[in-house]
Order: sequence, then structure tokens, then C-alpha cells
Amino acid sequence: MPKMTMVQSLNLALRQEMEKDDRVIVLGEDVGLDGGVFRVTDGLFQHFGAQRSVDTPLAEAAIVGMSIGMAAYGLRPVCEIQFSGFSYQAFHQIENHAARLRWRSRGRFSVPMVMRTPCSGGVRALEHHSESREAYYAHTPGLKMVIPSGPRNARALLVSAIRDPDPVIFYEPKSLYRAFREEVPEEEEAIPIGTSQIVREGSDITIISYGPMMRPTLEAASVLKEKDGIEAEVIDLLTISPLDDALFTASVRKTGRAVIVHEAPRSFGPGAEVVSKIMEKSFYYLEAPIARVAGFDVIVPLFNRENAYLPNADRILREARQVLAA
Amino acid sequence: MPRTRIVIPDEIDHISILDEEGNLDSGLEPDISDETLLRLHHFMLLGRRFDERLLSLQRQGRVGTFAPISGQEATQLGAAAILRPSDWLVPAFRETAAELWRGRSMESVILYFNGYAEGVDIPEDRNDFPISVPVGSQILHAVGVAWSIRYRGKDDVALAFFGDGATSQGDFHEGLNFAGVYEIPAIFVCQNNQWAISVPRKHQTRSETLAQKAIAYGIKGVQVDGNDVLAVYAAASEAAQRARSGGGATFIECVTYRMSVHTTADDPRRYRSDEEVELWQKRDPLNRFQKYLTAKGLMSDEKIEMAENTVKEEIQAAVDRAEERMKTPGDPLYMFEHAYAQMPPHLIEQREYLARELSEQKKG
Repeated sequence: MPKMTMVQSLNLALRQEMEKDDRVIVLGEDVGLDGGVFRVTDGLFQHFGAQRSVDTPLAEAAIVGMSIGMAAYGLRPVCEIQFSGFSYQAFHQIENHAARLRWRSRGRFSVPMVMRTPCSGGVRALEHHSESREAYYAHTPGLKMVIPSGPRNARALLVSAIRDPDPVIFYEPKSLYRAFREEVPEEEEAIPIGTSQIVREGSDITIISYGPMMRPTLEAASVLKEKDGIEAEVIDLLTISPLDDALFTASVRKTGRAVIVHEAPRSFGPGAEVVSKIMEKSFYYLEAPIARVAGFDVIVPLFNRENAYLPNADRILREARQVLAA
Repeated sequence: MPRTRIVIPDEIDHISILDEEGNLDSGLEPDISDETLLRLHHFMLLGRRFDERLLSLQRQGRVGTFAPISGQEATQLGAAAILRPSDWLVPAFRETAAELWRGRSMESVILYFNGYAEGVDIPEDRNDFPISVPVGSQILHAVGVAWSIRYRGKDDVALAFFGDGATSQGDFHEGLNFAGVYEIPAIFVCQNNQWAISVPRKHQTRSETLAQKAIAYGIKGVQVDGNDVLAVYAAASEAAQRARSGGGATFIECVTYRMSVHTTADDPRRYRSDEEVELWQKRDPLNRFQKYLTAKGLMSDEKIEMAENTVKEEIQAAVDRAEERMKTPGDPLYMFEHAYAQMPPHLIEQREYLARELSEQKKG
């Protein structure tokens, strides 16, 4: 199996889906000739032509709005918003139309589109290039919200997103684009949207995370094992909405303890929803208060201070130990 | 009912005063004092050399990602030069020369592009907005400022900068429309540098010019040679005069060129030809202005060399000051400042949490 970065594996997913289905069209700013500012769409323009790898004028609302029309017509647009920080310029199209057209037309029209966008911090970028705002999208009825954590699951989730009958917001953690390689099979592989995965089994504590925070979470789990003799069960949500609560609530019934980790701001973040699900479904099994490790409720600072903002293995470890001590 | 024709303006002016060789159309030469001409030269040179220095620092890992301005000095300075201290400047993110003209320090620019919040340093006596990255979004703020200026009965203006890519954004069209409806003292300066990252101006819009878009909104539109500082100055002066006297807004398209990269994360060789870049190098705004000043007796080879040395020293001093400052990392707790007028309880809690974590880290 070839080893790929996330950039390459996403490119593979796009290439194979475009090969298989001429309804799949890639569009966005600089996605054509330039191959995308992170090179995720590299080579698609040369291989499939300008009709299927479409450079657009600079207008996020138009990119999303046009994708909605294309999807309603029967195509499968995969649009790119260059950075998630610029997706708010398209937010009215996402909330008012992408999320609602199926409902508003009583099922006559649907919006099988994907909005791909690089998210989250850790790359020493300028303002608006470091946020994690998945909660906006997860909070919007009618949307699906997906965040992969590595090359292999990124490919398998993007395939599902493209084939999904509803609009999918697909966050790509830009700090993971070239951070590491994984074996990615050439043959088709898809992970159903709405399913989480246990990536490390354990019985003492459940740590739930996703996207860019999976690596520090797994690092913390290793330290817990080596230094504390603690077996942490680690769950990768993969999809934020619809949230797969079966796996983590069952895990907490086994471990009695839980920590949720995300880069997004703490208040009203995905962690709050996870905690609520645990309270609803696993309350009587809890042995300690649940901890949240999250970004602070401030604008992500410019990069000189960014490391202090981003949750890391130490912070996860400290919170996990408190939960274990309670 | 017959089919009739409605006559709308179908022409816009194009202003060019200094050609590539520095030859002057003296009939159009704006009345600019020698002092201002020399000041313009100083900042054009400073803008260029500082840009080059930032790029070299970036390549050495001493500056983070930034958007170079080389080639666009005349557009930025010709427009900024018409502003009074009390006027409002609403920049995008590629206007470093204009910001320096308005009093921002080079040191602050270096700090900012090294991820220091301290690099946001708006001069006390200027009403200049900080840079705005989401393309075109700031245009509407200039509209709001201009509306307020009129409401308060002042004769100030609000000047917004943006690029050719921004003219595709809804915010641009909404901004120009509002400006037309309210007849407000706004000046919209488009730095048409031909490229929105990899997308050329001809793929941004089918319109022959960007300036003509003003016609649809009932405001004055004009296209100028954006590499000709005299032309930009003349158009901006005219726009300011119109705005201050209640004549409404103006859209100025400055035809210029991004001689460098979009940002330091970009590789233009992927999408544009060396021949094109060479063509525009011949139209360099700094060279032709120096030729003009030399012909006027204000500059000479010797004086240009002196000016180069002065600028070099200023830049070195700023780099030294900034690097000295950056020996101390920013206090992480500062991230909680300026979130709200008064820090709410949950942020006080989070600030204390981070403070505890930092002190534990210190103890090791």
C-alpha cells in the first residue's frame, strides 16, 4: 500500500470519485491550474479539464450558492473554501439554503454537495487561518459535519461525503495535511458518515476527540499507560454531526470516566454535546465529573501565543489524571 | 409601446500622467509641493526596500507569512497622500506602504508578521483600521464610516483599499451601491494588481474595466495607471474634493502589478509567465518617479544613492529594534485581553487556568 500524506489521500479520493462519476465537479478559488493553495486538487485540472476543476472568481458566497444550484440540478459539486475563516462570507448560503432546500422543497430538491475547507491552527498563519468553528455547522440542522484525523480516514470520509445525499461540511485540519504519512489503499475504501471509531482500547478512562487533537490525545494515552499504568480508551468521533453517541456512551459505561478534547472554543463546543449525551445515556455509570480540554473562549491569538492556546498532551494528561483521581 | 433606448454613461476616464520612461504630460501634472514629492519618493523607496527586506527575513525564518507589496507603491502612496490626519483609512492586507505613510512603524509590521499581537499598532492620532484579511469585507466599513462623517457634518473622507479579486465579492457591490444611495464621502481604491493568487484579472470579470462597475451604482468611476504616482494622486485628489464638498463617492481602479508573490506561501511560477513579469518590471513605478524627480531637479543619482542609504539605515534600525523586542516572547495571558470591554467571569476563570498551567511549566 502506498504511504500518503493527507493532501495526497484527499487528492486520491477526489480523483477516483471524479473518474467514476462525471457528476463530481471540483470548484473554488485557485483549485484549477494552481491545484489549490494546499495542493489538494493538484493535477485534477490537467487530468479532467477546466470544466470539472473550475477556477472561480473570488467570492465565497457565490461558490457555495452556485454549488447549491449545481447539486439541485443533479451534479455532485465539491467546492473548496480556501480557509474555513472565509466560509462565513458564504454562511447565509450554507444556513439559509444548503441546509434547507430539501426541507423547503418537501424533498423535491436536495443538495448533495461537499464544502471542503482547511480548518484549525498550528501552522503559524495569519489571522482567520487558525479557527475551529465546527460547532457553527454542527449546530445547523440539515448539515453534516465531518473532520478526519489522518490520511487514511480523510480519504475514506471524503468518498462518503461526496456520495452523501445531503450537504456535508468537510473540515480538513491543515496542521495534518503534511504532518505524517499513512498507508492508503488504492482500492476503494469508505467510512460511513456518522460513525466514530475506537482507536485505542482501554478500560480505565474514555478520552473522546477528533481531527487535529487526535495526535496529542493518543500521546497522552501512551503516557498514561507508561507512567500511570492506566488503560485509556480513545475514541475518534470523525463525524461531529450527526454524532455517533453509541460508541462513546457505551465506552463510558465501561470506564466510568471521560475526558473530551477539542481545539474549538470550550463554551458551546462539541464537547458540551458529548457531555450531555453521556449524562443522558451513561449517568449512573459515572465515577467522576467529566472534563473538557478545549481552546479558550477567545479569538485564536496570533502565532507567537498560539501554542499556549492550543490544547496539548500535557493539558490532556493533567485533566485525565484529575478525572482518574476523583 | 415602442422599444426605446435608455442612455447611460458608457465611458470612463483613464488617467496617465507619467509614462514608463518618466515622460510627463505636463497639462495633467498635479500641483504637488516639492516637499510632498520628496516625501512620496522616500516612502516609495522605503516601501520597496522594506518589502525586499521582509521577504529575505521570511526566507530565513525570521518573519512569518506576509503579503508583499512590491510594484504597488505608487497606487498606495498616491492615494494615501491625499488623506488628512483626521480622514479614515480602511486597508485590506497589502497596503504596507500606505500604512507606513500614515505613521505605522516598520517595527510593528515585523512584530505583526512574527505573530505578535503587539504588532497591531494604530497611531494614536490616526483613525486607521487594522488590516482586514477576508477579501472585500472591509469595503462596507468604509461605507459606515463615511455615512457617519456625513451625519456629523464633517468634511473628512473614508478611503478603502482592496484588490481586483475583491470586486467579485458581494460586499464590494453592496458597498458601492450603499455609497451611491447615501451620497457619502467614500473613496474606493482598487489595487488592480492583475492577480488574485493564481486567477488573472481577465478570469475575475468579463468587464473591460473594473472602474466601469461604478456606473451601475451611480457613483463616479475612473481608471488610472496605478504605477504612475502622479496619476493616482490626481485621481484621489479629485475624489477627495468631490467627497468633501458633498459630491459623493468615487471608485478608482488603479492598474498596477503584483511583482512578487501573493504571500510568501505562494509560488507564482505555477500560473504566470516570466515574460509577463518582465513586461511589468519595465513599468516599475519607482523608476519612473525617480526619472520624473530627476528631470525636475529634485533628484540626482547622488541623491538617490543617499536616499537609498537613509532608507537602508531606517530599515536596519527597525529590524534591530523588533528583533530585540522579540527576544522576549509575548505573555500568553495577553490572549484574554481585548475580547470584551469587561472580562466576563468564564474568561477570568480560563485566564487563571492558563496562569496556573504556565507557572507549573516554569517549575518544570
